[in-house]
Amino acid sequence: MKLEFTAEQRAFRAEVRAWMEANIPTGPLPSFDLTREGFEAHRLWERKLNGGRWGMVTWPEVLGGRGLDLIRWLIFEEEYYRAGAPVRVNQNGIFLLGPTMMEFGTDEQKAHFLPRMAAGDDIWAQAWSEPGAGSDLAGVRATATRDGDHYVLKGQKIWSSRAVFADWAFGLFRAPGSERHKGMVLVLFPLDAPGVTRRPIARMDGKLVFAEIFLDDVRVPVANRLGDEGQGWHVCMATAGFERGLLLRSPARYQVAARKLIALYKANKAHLPASMGERVAQNWMDAEAYALAIYAMCSRLNAGGTIGPESSTNKIFWSEMDIALTQTGLDILGPNAELLTEAPATGDADWLEDYIFALSGPIYAGSNEIQRNIIAERMLGLPRG
Amino acid sequence: MEFAFTDDQQTITQAARDMLVETCTPAALRKMLEKHEALNAARWTNITEMGLPGMLAPEEAGGLGLGLPDFIGIAEAAGYVGLPEPLVELAGVIVPLLGGLEDHHGWLAHAAAGRIVTIGHPANPLVADADIAEALLLGHGHEIHLVERNAVTFLRHESVDPFRRLFSVEWTPSAATHAGNGWGLTAERGALMAAAQMIGLGQRCIDLAVAYAKDRQQFGKPIGSYQAVKHLLATAQVKLEFARPVVHAAAAELPLGTLAARARVAHAKIAAGEAADLAARTAVQVFGAMGMTWEVDVHFFLKRALALKFAWGTPEMHRATILDRLTALPGGPAASFATDLLGSAHGSPIQGPF
Repeated sequence: MKLEFTAEQRAFRAEVRAWMEANIPTGPLPSFDLTREGFEAHRLWERKLNGGRWGMVTWPEVLGGRGLDLIRWLIFEEEYYRAGAPVRVNQNGIFLLGPTMMEFGTDEQKAHFLPRMAAGDDIWAQAWSEPGAGSDLAGVRATATRDGDHYVLKGQKIWSSRAVFADWAFGLFRAPGSERHKGMVLVLFPLDAPGVTRRPIARMDGKLVFAEIFLDDVRVPVANRLGDEGQGWHVCMATAGFERGLLLRSPARYQVAARKLIALYKANKAHLPASMGERVAQNWMDAEAYALAIYAMCSRLNAGGTIGPESSTNKIFWSEMDIALTQTGLDILGPNAELLTEAPATGDADWLEDYIFALSGPIYAGSNEIQRNIIAERMLGLPRG
Repeated sequence: MEFAFTDDQQTITQAARDMLVETCTPAALRKMLEKHEALNAARWTNITEMGLPGMLAPEEAGGLGLGLPDFIGIAEAAGYVGLPEPLVELAGVIVPLLGGLEDHHGWLAHAAAGRIVTIGHPANPLVADADIAEALLLGHGHEIHLVERNAVTFLRHESVDPFRRLFSVEWTPSAATHAGNGWGLTAERGALMAAAQMIGLGQRCIDLAVAYAKDRQQFGKPIGSYQAVKHLLATAQVKLEFARPVVHAAAAELPLGTLAARARVAHAKIAAGEAADLAARTAVQVFGAMGMTWEVDVHFFLKRALALKFAWGTPEMHRATILDRLTALPGGPAASFATDLLGSAHGSPIQGPF
């Protein structure tokens, strides 16, 4: 056990910090959930990151990455969030589909899709949930019917983040007549293919953060299947492990939020009760605890370990922490909490926006109720209901 | 940066844990109470033969010359079994304190060999195990005195935890007993050891409740198959999972002695206390009315957790340390590990008092 960065790790941190300081946009980018313009501004940032080979630091060098271990990935993320760099518009691609494709994809798929993903040429959305299949994902009804060397996709997907403007989606389908976990396939399809209709869904604040996707006999080549025929469930569960467990929510995100909360508290301290300071301290402790748990997890994974049910404990913890943290922010703002603001100055948080986003945390990436079932059954060994 | 135990650390911890779990069962605890035993002689012999009391003592004093990360998992295991013997404070608090005293009258080697020394630290109103100790480390102003038991009179105060034998002591300081000045990081070591034990206590409460929930049937099914029960236990387990790494980090960082390191210890104590508290209350709930009884074993662990939550500094005192840290040092990524915050080249603090 050595809780100290090596000289090489510190030099790496300095390198990331210097690049970020020289390259991050001077002001906040327009939201990628409101306009095509905002979406494209974020695509350009992805291109710039990729140009500096900072897009996917854990990916192999041949794919434009740096082949870094997970401790360096954490350092990179810390500097990324510390610098206030834009939210990754392609996060579902690079953090979820990317690692899954490296594990299950064919050489042709990897050679074609991964560099385009890295360069921001293809921005990806996830198309798994359906109106009738949320927590019970094995209940998806959308079908992929084999027709020679094509699949014909039919059905309806929903809650696809960033799908309003994204280029491609990775969807979960089933062979007609198959049931539950059998007969599933994971298929990649372009969101502008004939037969695809997207309907934006407005969030409670009016932002178009997700879309419904209607598939009406959409033809895609069989080569777009990720993993084997009938293995769709297995491939999805591997993705979900990355999603909940590690890559989607690196600790720096919350450490930076806690830091901003401390600054907000200090700026308003004169008219706040001392108990508010204790809440801020608790939020800071939670962010630190999450960081330590992830450092321990990454150390274990670097040594050859695998992600188990702790992806579920992580998911519950970060989602509940995010709500508690943003709620403290609103409580400090008090009567001003309800006021809509223009984009905040760099370094400040938009506590209202962050709170509304945080409310979705216990739902997406597998509801916390399902995560608690997973912990109870796979970690504690309680019987299935 | 490597936040993981070495193979050696895991091997030593597992061996100690196996011995403790095998010998210190709840049935054995009940037998000790019937016989009014303060310690189990056979187990204490095992503990000393494994060299556990002297793990942190230098080799020239007969110890193993190891550090807190080597011992922290054993302190957890001692909590897990509700160990009555004073291993954790002896090895984790007293031996390091003796090692730092100018004159320990040979007691460093004695303590490392398992002869019991206890401590009256200002953080705690009473002294534990004064009746079975051969010597006591007691404070007089900033002075630390090493007093043999026959020079001390003591009066027992009953704790809700029958294995915590607490005493008020009366003694007279003299030049002959003066052994050094300043407690150093003793309070932090005490808090860390309490935190580690509370992690073990919390896990034991959950494990007991899980075993019961698999067995106990209502409405024709094990109660552990109902989501309402599952979610109670999962929530308690999550709280433990995010307290444990803080305790482990505190073990690695404590020796730095900086404000960042002391705040990590404070966080560990707060988080472990809350996690153990939730786990114990959850176990009582899962056991239903049985959870309130003497017959069910949960109370052994609940009571120890209750006591340790306030030992070596209350949560409020530790929260004050956290607030000091947030006032004086920067927060956020790259300002997390105590080693990141040594020296001024690592970013300026957020300005202004917290």
